[in-house]
Amino acid sequence: MNERVIEVWELAKRFGDVVAVDRLSFEVRRGEIFGLLGPNGAGKTTTIQLLLGLTTPTSGSARVLGMDVTRDTRRVLQRVNFSSAYISLPSNLTVRQNLKVFCRLYGIRRADERVRELLELFDIPGIADRATGALSSGQLTRVNLCKAFVNHPEVLFLDEPTASLDPDIADKVRTALKRLQREQGVSIVYTSHNMREVEILCDRVLFISRGKAVAQGSPREVVERANGASLEEVFIAIARDGELRDTAAASE
Amino acid sequence: MSGSWLRISGLLLRYFYLYRRSAARLMGILFWPVMDLLVWGFLTTYLQRMVLPSAVVFLLGAVIFWDVFYSAQQAITLSITEEIWVRNILNIFVAPVSVAELLLATSIVGVARAGVSAAFLAVLAWSLYSFNIAALGLALVPFLFALVLFGWAMGMFTMALVLRFGQAAEALIWGIPFLIQPLSAVFYPVEVLPGWLQPVAKALPSTHVFEGMREVLKTGTVDARRLAAALALDVLALLLGALFFAWMLSRVREKGYLSRLGME
Repeated sequence: MNERVIEVWELAKRFGDVVAVDRLSFEVRRGEIFGLLGPNGAGKTTTIQLLLGLTTPTSGSARVLGMDVTRDTRRVLQRVNFSSAYISLPSNLTVRQNLKVFCRLYGIRRADERVRELLELFDIPGIADRATGALSSGQLTRVNLCKAFVNHPEVLFLDEPTASLDPDIADKVRTALKRLQREQGVSIVYTSHNMREVEILCDRVLFISRGKAVAQGSPREVVERANGASLEEVFIAIARDGELRDTAAASE
Repeated sequence: MSGSWLRISGLLLRYFYLYRRSAARLMGILFWPVMDLLVWGFLTTYLQRMVLPSAVVFLLGAVIFWDVFYSAQQAITLSITEEIWVRNILNIFVAPVSVAELLLATSIVGVARAGVSAAFLAVLAWSLYSFNIAALGLALVPFLFALVLFGWAMGMFTMALVLRFGQAAEALIWGIPFLIQPLSAVFYPVEVLPGWLQPVAKALPSTHVFEGMREVLKTGTVDARRLAAALALDVLALLLGALFFAWMLSRVREKGYLSRLGME
């Protein structure tokens, strides 16, 4: 659990005058679920883009699985995966067709077998031949997660995967992720605005505000350090003040 | 199958599913080319009766040839734009697919599209206007190949603009070919253009292809100099297209535009 799968050092990204990520440093260990948290516009999505090589950093470094993301992007991408509530799979293809395409893109040779495994893993074996566009949002989220697990990723980036899901399906997704973390030792970088979910799921969290790290540790440590009652209270305080203060004092 | 070919076959499978499941897209391969052929075909039938019997051969040949270029360019650009429209583009860019693999897969789609479309038009031209392009034999094949190469180059150029400017640039997918068409001497000899425009026209490989095509239709022989000029300019266009695409992609990564695609 102490092996570092992500090492970020003084990572910065500027878009003209806007500093999206401001000399961020953190690490993620093998097998942990790491919450990347903060208000809208804090720099979470840009940080994930930098870690996936979708955006090049202005300065600093990001290493994933011991490789420099900017230099070894394809080798990194072979061993990681990504899913977001804000991207989709082609709706006119069946679930099986979509997953078979991604099996090939990740070099998985026995695609049919892998598709069957994935659908069983996420408890949706009966939908293989349905058009992806005809699925409920809960089924669609799980199909997106099937795609994200297609290559047995060692590191998974999940950007608000449970956004727009009802509590029952969101709970099923969290349970599946916890199980996969336990069984496959996958490390997950997780963003969410649902702090209750983060408390349940994440081993450690990093709060970002205006691109800067403002708090880091286990959810309980962060809450205690802020003298708050819950992670949600800490989130609100950070969103309003832009930094971590004693949340009890801040609310007075 | 090597890893690279597996990934390319994955992209091809994606495009195969895309076309197979969409009647509209399948129609797109055939509908516009057929409309072009019908309009120009009937016009040239009229011209044939009125003045110039060989006009029908030149114009119908030009329509079929033009479609080969257009299909090759469209296939590359639309394959990527389609991923933007369905918000799948980030899934493709976070997969370990190299730019070369992506371009090769879309180029193969371009050849397939151009082949299907040209074959269909050839059959239609034969049945409606008794114009048998196959009778001209293999002499036209190298020119068709040169057009496909230029279609790829322009496809890369257009795709780079779409990645950089997003939806704002989508009109260029259809606009760029029609910007090139008047300069390429598709339906008339290059001498018809104003003198100052002729050097610009001659810098395009497509101009040499259409001039060469008319030569083949007229004499049955390939003008090797024209073919060599077209292929040499193709190589240059492909090189510039690839460099432009790579440069634009690095700008897109630097500016963080990839995540914006499909979200506009």
